[in-house]
Amino acid sequence: MKIYGVALLAFCFLAGKFLGTLLGKLIDVNGDVGGVGFAMLLLISINAWVNKKGGLEIGTKEGILFWSGMYIPIIIAMASTQNVKAALTGGPVALVAGTIVTLSAFFIVPVLSKIGKEQIKTDDHE
Amino acid sequence: MTMNEMINQLIGKNGLLFAFLFVGIIMWVSFKISATLFNKKIPGVALAVSIGLSLAFLGDKKGIADLSLFSGMAFFGGSMLRDFAVVATAMGADVNKIKSAGLAGVLSLFVGVFWSFSIGVLCAYLLGYTDPASLATIGAGACTYIVGPVTGSALGVSSEIIAISIATGVVKTIVATVGTPLFAKYIQLNNPKAAIVFGGLIGTTSGVTAGLAATDPKLVPYGALTATFYTGLGCLLCPSLFYFVLRLLLNG
Repeated sequence: MKIYGVALLAFCFLAGKFLGTLLGKLIDVNGDVGGVGFAMLLLISINAWVNKKGGLEIGTKEGILFWSGMYIPIIIAMASTQNVKAALTGGPVALVAGTIVTLSAFFIVPVLSKIGKEQIKTDDHE
Repeated sequence: MTMNEMINQLIGKNGLLFAFLFVGIIMWVSFKISATLFNKKIPGVALAVSIGLSLAFLGDKKGIADLSLFSGMAFFGGSMLRDFAVVATAMGADVNKIKSAGLAGVLSLFVGVFWSFSIGVLCAYLLGYTDPASLATIGAGACTYIVGPVTGSALGVSSEIIAISIATGVVKTIVATVGTPLFAKYIQLNNPKAAIVFGGLIGTTSGVTAGLAATDPKLVPYGALTATFYTGLGCLLCPSLFYFVLRLLLNG
């Protein structure tokens, strides 16, 4: 049933947020520290564990996948409800940071590609 | 009751549902523009997020949600549903697959998140931002336009900083899309292993897949393999370890 998937997702979410808030208290940050990351790790682990026993039921999976598919639309709604006018007065930081970060990262590609001997096995590349 | 009043009342009572319809239309328009005007060279997702950011100019502090007709957008795009959907994307991450990415692939993920965050923080610092939470949010936005807002709301920064972090992530997606085919030959991005490393370093899934598609469509699945894990890793590291270290560095 789809609600099982949504419920499982909600469990992972709340447990992750709880861990994040707890960690925030420990390091004296008033907020949730890495909660979403913990929740994702939890969902990945539960999913991997259940997969060994035959995997989640299709309906359950669909309950989670629906929310995964809503991710981009939610990001768009989020973008449209920010204080962009104030952000713009902050100057060109988004343009500068976004461009420099991406272009500089390009040039780490050849460095890291040399690491590890294993070549990727492919059918369509010789 | 005039027709106008009737519509306003109907939408006022069903704000969230109207937001579903409205975002659906934005996405449909964006993907159409992406396919017809840009020949899919600029990803529909990046266009849609840009349109979203532009629509926010219609309002003030809460963007378009300041207009009563669009108040449902604030709940739809609020942090609860956003974080819920972000966690749900972990369903697509198959742990067994990361093994096929090899050492270089896994390393590229950590280097990629660390590099984007650090350079993003550095840029923001040089442009006048000094408090650790704002810096971390902009640095996280330099990872992807998801990691930024997730980090920002976890650390409780203002909407203005979150908007900057989203914009930073959108710029990254567009630079990756346009820049990848231009730089590919200079960075030996012509084989699956380089594509796996590339996906882990850049991480913004729509930018990585669009950029690789424009370079060599055969490379797309390899880049996507690592990029899938990037946002999750960013959401884990940026608001915790990275923010903590940043705060230590700034407060001496």
